[in-house]
Amino acid sequence: MEIKTDRLYSESHEWVLFENDTTATVGLSDFAQSELGDLVFVNLPQVGDTVTAGETFADVESVKAVSDVYSPVTGKVVAVNATLLDAPQTINEEPYEAWLVKVEGITGKVALMDADAYRALTEK
Amino acid sequence: MSRYVPHTPAETRAMLDELGLADVGGLFADVPESVRLTGPVDLPRGLSQMETLRDMEALAERNTRYRLTLRGAGCYDHWIPPMVNRVACKEEFLTAYTPYQAELSQGVLQAIFEYQTLVCVLTGMDVSNAGVYDGASAAAESAVMCRERGRAVTLVSACAHPDTVAVMRTYCYGTGDELRLIPEKDGRTDAAALAAMLAPDVAAVYVQQPNFYGQLEDVTGLFAAAKAAGVKCILGVNPTAQAILPDGREVGADIVCGDLQPFGIAMAFGGPSSGFMACTAALVRRLPGRIAGQTVDAQGRRAFVLTLQAREQHIRREKASSNICSNQAHCALIASVYATYLGPDGVTAVAESCLAKAHAFAAMLCDIPGVRLRHTGEFFHEFVTDLPVPPEKVQAALEATGVLSGLPLPGGMLWCVTEKAGREDLLRVAQTVREACAQ
Amino acid sequence: MSEAVLLSYEKSVPGRRSEVIPKPDVPAYALPEALRRKTPLLLPELSEVDVDRHYTELAHRAYGVNCGFYPLGSCTMKYNPAVNEAVAALPGFAQAHPLAPAHAVAGCRAVMEELSESLCRIAGMDAFTLQPAAGAHGELTGMLCVRAYHESRGDAARKTMLVPDSAHGTNPASAAMAGFTVVNVPSRADGCVDLDALSALLDDGVAGMMMTNPNTLGLFEKDILKISRMVHASGGLMYYDGANLNAILGLARPGDMGFDVTHLNLHKTFSTPHGGGGPGSGPVGVKALLAPFLPTVASLGETGPLQVKAFHGNFATLARALAYIKTLGGDHLRDVAHHAVLNANYLMARLKAAGYTPAFDRPCMHEFVLTLEHERETTGVSALDVAKTVIDYGMHPPTMYFPLIVHEALMFEPTETETRETLDRAAQVMAAIRADLERDPEAMHTAPHSAVIGRPDEVRAARTPVLRWKPEP
Repeated sequence: MEIKTDRLYSESHEWVLFENDTTATVGLSDFAQSELGDLVFVNLPQVGDTVTAGETFADVESVKAVSDVYSPVTGKVVAVNATLLDAPQTINEEPYEAWLVKVEGITGKVALMDADAYRALTEK
Repeated sequence: MSRYVPHTPAETRAMLDELGLADVGGLFADVPESVRLTGPVDLPRGLSQMETLRDMEALAERNTRYRLTLRGAGCYDHWIPPMVNRVACKEEFLTAYTPYQAELSQGVLQAIFEYQTLVCVLTGMDVSNAGVYDGASAAAESAVMCRERGRAVTLVSACAHPDTVAVMRTYCYGTGDELRLIPEKDGRTDAAALAAMLAPDVAAVYVQQPNFYGQLEDVTGLFAAAKAAGVKCILGVNPTAQAILPDGREVGADIVCGDLQPFGIAMAFGGPSSGFMACTAALVRRLPGRIAGQTVDAQGRRAFVLTLQAREQHIRREKASSNICSNQAHCALIASVYATYLGPDGVTAVAESCLAKAHAFAAMLCDIPGVRLRHTGEFFHEFVTDLPVPPEKVQAALEATGVLSGLPLPGGMLWCVTEKAGREDLLRVAQTVREACAQ
Repeated sequence: MSEAVLLSYEKSVPGRRSEVIPKPDVPAYALPEALRRKTPLLLPELSEVDVDRHYTELAHRAYGVNCGFYPLGSCTMKYNPAVNEAVAALPGFAQAHPLAPAHAVAGCRAVMEELSESLCRIAGMDAFTLQPAAGAHGELTGMLCVRAYHESRGDAARKTMLVPDSAHGTNPASAAMAGFTVVNVPSRADGCVDLDALSALLDDGVAGMMMTNPNTLGLFEKDILKISRMVHASGGLMYYDGANLNAILGLARPGDMGFDVTHLNLHKTFSTPHGGGGPGSGPVGVKALLAPFLPTVASLGETGPLQVKAFHGNFATLARALAYIKTLGGDHLRDVAHHAVLNANYLMARLKAAGYTPAFDRPCMHEFVLTLEHERETTGVSALDVAKTVIDYGMHPPTMYFPLIVHEALMFEPTETETRETLDRAAQVMAAIRADLERDPEAMHTAPHSAVIGRPDEVRAARTPVLRWKPEP
């Protein structure tokens, strides 16, 4: 299980990579993708949407399940990773490259963990 | 014990003994005493199969059997090749459940895959689902597919089938979305009115081709205007007409839907039939209902499965865009057998025959004083005539000769002619109409 | 192992046509070119005998109730009587036009009236519409009736529909389509609705509650009268999902349990064939207070404010169901429930004796759920693996992974039409699989081994969808 040390993690297994205090990209952790299994589709928000910390902003589908993805931050979506629409397996293959959205104007966030704390959570 | 319960009294006893029960009532201990029926349901005693069939035959005989049907209006009397029912009666198709267990259901899944191919070929669309209840609910579900944030209004041609409009209205009532009718002009959708109705909150426009009056719409023109306003275009079609009319792609449709009853499915008082829905690749994730797809098994052999299931209610529950979980599979199979049996030439021949006979009959009728075509546009196999007498009078006169007339409309009649009518039949019908109009 | 069957499109030979439609005896009509399709109609061209053989080959790769035991839980795969097929095929019915004058379809109308009346007596309701084409379609119709009722009383703020967490997925989906906000009601450890949780959810925003009884775990909600009273006291209505009526047919009626509206599945309880996924029929019955909102038998867009289908419903299915009810009669309806429940308990006892674990160790109604959670932990064999192994023993598997609240669920519904020998044989199969599970769990991960295909790659099917045949470029 890979846990990158360059970013923070939420309890619901999203990662956040801050560029600065108000700008970040969001994705799913390696742990999340392995729990979800082979992903076959991703529903992403639209550029310009507002996302709210702790609330769902996307969902990911495996063959027999759909799972909500919760936003770790509050802010405005300025980019979505449209390549995932054609290649959702990227999330399984390279979870830390396969970002979902880029958010700017961040005004709030859920409780976030560093890599060590997150590792402890996943090993519970 | 009989009547489909195979247990002998001794077997029932032995099974109860094995469960340690004195009687079968012991299995229903959880059902509160106060809601248990104390005696039989208040219905007549059970009949033998022979008596049941005789009873039902007597009911069927109370219906009038016409030797010729000139009424369509959404349900069409086409010739059904005997091959269709031979195939449809195969019990492996008739008595199977939805093909959840792919390994045991390759035949049903392949039949659905072939059906989806048929619908794509007819409509010119990229993808088809496995079918929905009927043409009216297909139109309603199509409208749901087009809704987006800020666009929740569906414009529906007033020339669409009244039942289709009613069902679309019902679905809109459920979702809280709005339906606006585009007015009719000379039996066709009023293009100028549509242009004025293409507001920014409009999600989709629905046009039926041929429309309820049998008229052929300028679909290309209507859809070009809609597209320019960012509105999605839904085309309702008759599959028979679709064999010769431009397909959905040619006219710019995003979704094509309709009812496959004309393809070998008995009229049966209007059901069951099979609704179809096909769309562009861009909309596939919004397509409701079951979809079969091709894949491979572990050994690389071709295999078919139900796919894209995470769109559906059994996974998404209240977040699913539709609650549908069946596809009228048996009716879809019948339509697929019909098209496979007739082939491209046969399906086209049916359409050409309908077209030719409807026009020949229209000419015969218009030779009668006071009878004329109500609308001026091109038509396929249905058309409206004005009548100089109440239409019920014409209906009664034809009924006396064993013919189901066209559908009475205020001051006129909506006629339909299929390949089943012969020239001599039609001449005799025209003569009866002439006599009825002269009185 | 049988050979793969080519698609009809792949078997096509250009020019190999059956000329079955006569040339018209009137002149052809020249439609303007703009109204002619430009795209060729690429349908298959097969000889007549090849059409017959094609579908025969497909039928051989399908499995119906005629092939063997079909214990698919929550689907009620009972025998579909031959006499009912003869009824549906009667020319007087098959050739009836839905918009023919009323006197010309008196027989069809009589069938519908008699069926409605029979269903009222069976379900304890005051009125039925036969228009909905399926169970889920009935749910939508019923939900819309509930909404229209509240609105007609100026009570439009009731927007919440309560749905137990064990419910079929169609329930929340139908409620959402009717504009309700779905709130899940948790189940207790015994599988029934948690009354305390329900009580906490009831307020004047509740429009109603949807219930299946027996519920999807095959358990009768014994607090049903209390639940009805609680929901009614808060001003809500009770909706009965008739999916499991087979368990209580002729013994108890939803109308007597406090339900105000119900749909029945004619393709389950009333023996009409499932058709590989339809057509079914989902008539909706209501108490008198909801009757004004039901679709009626009328013509052309005039069947009431809540029309859900063109014309009058799936008539041929309705005729089959009426024939079934006539054959059973008031006196034999309950035999269905008695023996459906007896068969389920008998099979459950046999499977328990074979070492399986029922999810709820108490008498069941017409179906029961096993949990293979323990087997999964100890051997790595999942419910899926067991179901796929069942195929290798020549039987249709039970329902897998439903209800969602039971882990590694396998759900069996034998129905009343199966003999004791069939149940014994099924129990032997499950016992043999139990031995396989201990001997060679690895082999079970790749079952089935004797079907025409092995497990299909569903991930590939969903990631790169191939949804139609296309000619080679």
